[in-house]
Amino acid sequence: MSLVASEVRWRKPSILPGFGLAFGLTLSVMCLIVLIPLAALVIKAASAGPADILAIATSPRTLAALRLSFGAAFIAAIVNAAFGLLIAWILVRYRFPGRRLIDAAVDLPFALPTAVAGIALSAIYAPNGWVGSIAEAHGFKIAYTPTGVLVALIFIGLPFVVRSVQPVLEESEVDIEEAAALLGASRLRTIFRVILPAVAPALLTGFVLAFARAIGEYGSVIFIAGNIPMISEIAPLLIVIRLEQFDYAGAAVVGMLMLLAAFLLIFLINLLQAWSRKRLGDV
Amino acid sequence: MSVTLVIDQAEKQFDIYPALRGVSFTVEPGELMALLGPSGSGKTTLLRAIAGLEQLDHGRVLFDDVDTRRLSLRERRIGFVFQSYALFKNMNVFENIAFGLRARPRAKRPAEADIRRRVGDLLDLVQLAGLEKRFPAQLSGGQRQRVALARALAIEPSVLLLDEPFGALDAKVRKDLRSWLRELHGRTGHTTVFVTHDQEEALELADRVAILNLGAIEQIGSPDAVYDQPESAFVCEFLGETNKLPVHIAGGQAFFEDMPVFRSNGQNHLGPASLYVRPQHIKLVDNGPLSLQGVVAHIRRNGAIRRLEVAVKGYARRLELDLASAVAPAVGERVAMKITAGHIF
Repeated sequence: MSLVASEVRWRKPSILPGFGLAFGLTLSVMCLIVLIPLAALVIKAASAGPADILAIATSPRTLAALRLSFGAAFIAAIVNAAFGLLIAWILVRYRFPGRRLIDAAVDLPFALPTAVAGIALSAIYAPNGWVGSIAEAHGFKIAYTPTGVLVALIFIGLPFVVRSVQPVLEESEVDIEEAAALLGASRLRTIFRVILPAVAPALLTGFVLAFARAIGEYGSVIFIAGNIPMISEIAPLLIVIRLEQFDYAGAAVVGMLMLLAAFLLIFLINLLQAWSRKRLGDV
Repeated sequence: MSVTLVIDQAEKQFDIYPALRGVSFTVEPGELMALLGPSGSGKTTLLRAIAGLEQLDHGRVLFDDVDTRRLSLRERRIGFVFQSYALFKNMNVFENIAFGLRARPRAKRPAEADIRRRVGDLLDLVQLAGLEKRFPAQLSGGQRQRVALARALAIEPSVLLLDEPFGALDAKVRKDLRSWLRELHGRTGHTTVFVTHDQEEALELADRVAILNLGAIEQIGSPDAVYDQPESAFVCEFLGETNKLPVHIAGGQAFFEDMPVFRSNGQNHLGPASLYVRPQHIKLVDNGPLSLQGVVAHIRRNGAIRRLEVAVKGYARRLELDLASAVAPAVGERVAMKITAGHIF
């Protein structure tokens, strides 16, 4: 019996050298930075025992926090997709004074410490702030409610959509629009049937990034949310609260739930995106 | 269906240079006209101006008697094939071709069944039946080109405009598509204008060729006319291969190095000029009147014919001529040549 014959070839021969080294290095870094910490989280959570896990997972406070985190992140990502697309469109298609300035400002939410963003937002949207006072006069309350959470999440997610859509819009040829116009399409038809579908995969990427970022956001939200349990308390804050109470297993369980839900959602959206990309070819 | 296309004193200035300097010509109904010129000659600008994608500074474009400035892009009914094809990547072949029909205002939009039939006919016409479900990314260059053409034909255009229709294709596909397009035009009979920088394409395909240079028309005429009777030095040099001899004209004869080499009958010129001679218009002769002496420097195979390069005293480059007979002189041999036809500018 020959051993060689039964050897499974799991990688195809390639003329590019260094696959072993590169793959090994990638795997090591992935393990050290991502996989091992996540495994530790799961192990910690498991140490709580099935009954406790179920109890923590189904407790109204946990569910409310998760619902707020994911719900607000989802709505924020949708709002960002719409406004981010608009901003990208304006930055790419129009030439106006200050364009470069606005272009640079889009990245600010990336660079700003989230606590600073949170304090700035709550200063403006609090009932005694510029915008907050106006809203108050009309009977709205923004800061210290779930709406405040939403505002913070929109703020931190915006650059993701703009930066993923912008290059695609820049690349999209003017030819395509001219072709549509010559074929007799109205401007609206051109936008909705020709331009937007071509941008859709990139928009979806931006949406996923903004969504993922918003799920995990902590720093900016806690300043504006008010953090009222069951109402405006986000899941990451709940984890911190559990930690402060030395309830490490409880924190790990909430963390694991977030991890699972986030992974599932992002995986699904990525599948959708891969499908749309395949149809469009090289977008 | 087909219209007469009239371009009247078209002028267009871009930032620093004039793109079109008073271009006028008429394309007859059903005619296939080529706009030929080097890059920067204004041919694409002219095509885009006819389509209405570019505004002229002066001049008019008429479809029959209608000034197109009064028409919207939709009303112009232009079938335009872009150099890059500009297919809609998110739509399959069927939807690409149907786009123009679906984009019509509701009242004029054909019924779904009519759209299907029309697109099916067009797919047959461009020989793409069976590929209607494919997306542009899944097609070859030649197939994309034909989808672009079918999409342009779907709106029953009054004028068909093609911008470098074969520019992005490889040589073999180009040749196939060229004869196919010629045949297609014969069947559909649209007034057609196409832009190309490939003279072979223009000469083979077009009923008439307009040669543009620096935003103006150098010459316009049938392929035979522009090739055999060039009206300017530019057309002479641009079309086909040619030898350019510095000569002196006196007494109805062209003198090269003080020797008469060509009788310039009918071409009014005096003093220094250039004599343009195509390689096929130089013959090897025994010594005689009006002959040129030289030494064979090189012999090349050039497809079906053999090309002689002859060093001639007083001519910095080598005189090129096509060898008609099977008997070739050796390299280094002295030969006498006679110019049988030429153009003096």
